[in-house]
Amino acid sequence: MENKIKIFIDQKEIETFEGKTVLQAAKENGINIPALCYHPDLKIKANCRLCLVEIKGERGLVPSCRVQVKGGMEVISESEKIARARKINLELIFAQHVEECDDCNRGMSCRLLMLARKYKINIKRFLDRKSVRNVYQFGTIVFDQTKCIDCRNCVEACADQTVNFLEVKGSGHDLEIGPSVEPNRDCVYCGQCIVHCPVGAIEAAGEFEGVEVPLKQEGKIKVFQFAPAIRASIGESFGLPAGSVMTGQLVAGLKALGADKVFDTSVAADFTTIEEAGELVEHVKNGTGPCFSSCCPAWVKYLEFNYPDLIGHFATTRSPHIIMGGLVKNYWAQKEKIDPKDVIVVSIMPCTAKKYEIQRKELEIDGLRPVDYVLTTRELAYLFRKKGINLKDIQPQPADSPWGEPSGAGVIYGASGGVVESALRTAYYKLTNKDLEKLDFEQVRGMQGIKKAEIEIEGKKIRVAAVNGLGNAKKILDELAENPKAYDAVEVMACPGGCIGGGGQPIPTSPEIRKQRAEALYQIDRDKTLRLAHKNSDVLKVYDEFLNNPETIHKICHTSYNKKAKGEIRTLKDSKQSI
Amino acid sequence: MIIEQLKQSGLKGKGGAGFPTGLKWEAVKNAQAEKKYVVCNASEGEPGVLKDYFLLDNYPAKVIKGMEIALKEIGGEQAYIYLNPDYFPALEGKLKAAIGDLPIVLFKKPHGYICGEESTLLNVIEGKETMPRLKPPFPTQAGLWGYPTLINNVETFYQVAKIAEGDYQADRFYTLGGEAKNKGVFALPENLTVKQVLEKTGNWPDFDFFVQAGGGMSGEILTSAELDVPVGGAGSITVYNRAIDPLEIMRQWARFFMEQSCGQCVPCREGTYRLNEIFKNDEFDRALVEDILFVLAETSLCPLGRGAAVPFYGYLNKIYGK
Repeated sequence: MENKIKIFIDQKEIETFEGKTVLQAAKENGINIPALCYHPDLKIKANCRLCLVEIKGERGLVPSCRVQVKGGMEVISESEKIARARKINLELIFAQHVEECDDCNRGMSCRLLMLARKYKINIKRFLDRKSVRNVYQFGTIVFDQTKCIDCRNCVEACADQTVNFLEVKGSGHDLEIGPSVEPNRDCVYCGQCIVHCPVGAIEAAGEFEGVEVPLKQEGKIKVFQFAPAIRASIGESFGLPAGSVMTGQLVAGLKALGADKVFDTSVAADFTTIEEAGELVEHVKNGTGPCFSSCCPAWVKYLEFNYPDLIGHFATTRSPHIIMGGLVKNYWAQKEKIDPKDVIVVSIMPCTAKKYEIQRKELEIDGLRPVDYVLTTRELAYLFRKKGINLKDIQPQPADSPWGEPSGAGVIYGASGGVVESALRTAYYKLTNKDLEKLDFEQVRGMQGIKKAEIEIEGKKIRVAAVNGLGNAKKILDELAENPKAYDAVEVMACPGGCIGGGGQPIPTSPEIRKQRAEALYQIDRDKTLRLAHKNSDVLKVYDEFLNNPETIHKICHTSYNKKAKGEIRTLKDSKQSI
Repeated sequence: MIIEQLKQSGLKGKGGAGFPTGLKWEAVKNAQAEKKYVVCNASEGEPGVLKDYFLLDNYPAKVIKGMEIALKEIGGEQAYIYLNPDYFPALEGKLKAAIGDLPIVLFKKPHGYICGEESTLLNVIEGKETMPRLKPPFPTQAGLWGYPTLINNVETFYQVAKIAEGDYQADRFYTLGGEAKNKGVFALPENLTVKQVLEKTGNWPDFDFFVQAGGGMSGEILTSAELDVPVGGAGSITVYNRAIDPLEIMRQWARFFMEQSCGQCVPCREGTYRLNEIFKNDEFDRALVEDILFVLAETSLCPLGRGAAVPFYGYLNKIYGK
């Protein structure tokens, strides 16, 4: 850690560290300086000009996001002059932003509105100048230029993913941020633009106007499932700290919404682990180069579009919620004597790319999609609030049998490194017929973008890389281009920290929030007796009764990949048209 | 050696900001880096300033000499002349002849006011987006491709050569324009007041007037009673007839700054747009205009946004009246 120093903000002495900015030091000491373009994941751009402060000895107003603290520095964070500057700049920002507060993923936590109140601004002082701009939809992402304030956070988030699909066009007041028409750039639907936009200009298709569609399917048996990462994040939408474990409350809430059954996708992750561990073992035995994880649909699309030559490295195993959907319609429904056509499967996912994944043709089984609807964490929280369901007050319930009890391995899928760790636990068993004494693979855990480990199993070295963020994935791909056998297994999650940092998760996101969400999942794993996918008796029972022949296993648990062409960019009349 | 001479001469940058040249050179010379660059800023984007063209047209060898001295003194690997695109056709041959086999590249600047701002210039030469960089770091610390870079105006390099040759006369090149009778570029002592320059160049108007001094768009507005001050900035004096239609002149400024804003920061992108809208009408809300000018001047990211407020403030307070 850097040297400790003292500075003064509004005459209050605070302790901070060299290397911090005035904005960070203030925030960490409970002094709230408004900032819109600032995001802890991104570079300092200092373009919103709201975090202005006065510093003794310096001329005029300076953006606190840009200024590093110095010992003895005297900062004024509120003055008449500062308030005037913030008020006028806010009015100018509002003049770019066509309000659509009734249908905004910022909901009640909109920073613009909070600041409008604080600085008593006239939000209508100027005519909205962007009402003539476009609303674009590409895949499952909707970009509403009429709300964009030109801060460029999304452009940077997209560039960090090495997707470079969102771009800045033009200059001055003609400047526009929007999708690229370049043929070699396409969106992968990761949604990192959404969670880094300060003003709700980008959303998932159907957010929030489509949230009730699944509930309104008359005469259908409604089966809900929820991804591992949701339990550790949805509490934030109800004012709880990041990392609050809400599994039971989530199930109870879904039941209160009208779900007939609620299954835990983490159980399906145990199926994925068993299948993927099998593929990993084959890769190791045959020395065919790395096996890429394939449960992140944004990563799958990224490789299919940008590196079609490498799609042979993908594990063919389906992602957990797709396996669950297939089992619900082809096994559970039969046992319950229900026509699979009368069942709808709704997945609650931390992800905007999962909305795209369920539309993939090659996943259909006998003409039916395994999963019919995906709602993001944000959408579910919105739906709960709309229906007056407060997860803080609700009595927890267990998820339904037969798929309510996952292994710990299935739960850590939500954090970067969790998939490969689960696969290693099971691969060890497949290779040795013994279980590991120590199940924790600390080397692949944590928030670093690239984590590497070498694991020795009976004299065989397995080299793994767990990667989060597509920019980091590109680094590994570059390394593999040099040395094609550098790894045996590569896990990639498109979003920072894995699914816990997904594009469908509650806003805001930050390194600290993601760390807490991930830690909650690892704690669940530590607290469980059942920590191995291949020891999950509910899973083994299905293998015994149904997945007992290669054809069925293939049909339910495996898929194929293909080169992707650039998707269509549609121009909508308004964002409500997006579903 | 040359740096000492520059310091003793008191030479200040002639691009507008007036930073002491000796100190800038020293900063680049002392910076530790494996590579360094020199840039001659010949963008001359401020309307009403023509001296850089005049110097490059008449004294190309002197300007190149100044750059050569800089390359040698700071240990620069490569130099650029960042040339106004309108000047390019007329000056290309002349400059290339003067450059000979020196490591100096002629770089055609894109159109646009913002491109003349020195950190935007760095982005342009590097092929990046046309917008200013956040400072610090200053170009003297991290300029082109992150290496220390000495950026000086055309006239500054010209004066450096004169200093090195022992021929420095402490004069500067004034551009006279607008309603001035005797327009053009004039070399006169650098400490002259606006009034003296008007008189010595035969430009004292015989009508009720005011001037904009230092730059044709971002220069200070001075009434005919305020002319006992040095010219400052890039050395231009634009003469206006006091009878000019107030809306006409403010429209002209508003439109210019709106069109030239890069769009990066809120006050400049939005503020100049709103000023342009406001002055389209026959009447304007003074309080609203003053609010916009306040954020432009106080909160813009780069000097161009901050400078955009200057003529409006001066005109409204001194000429238009309360």
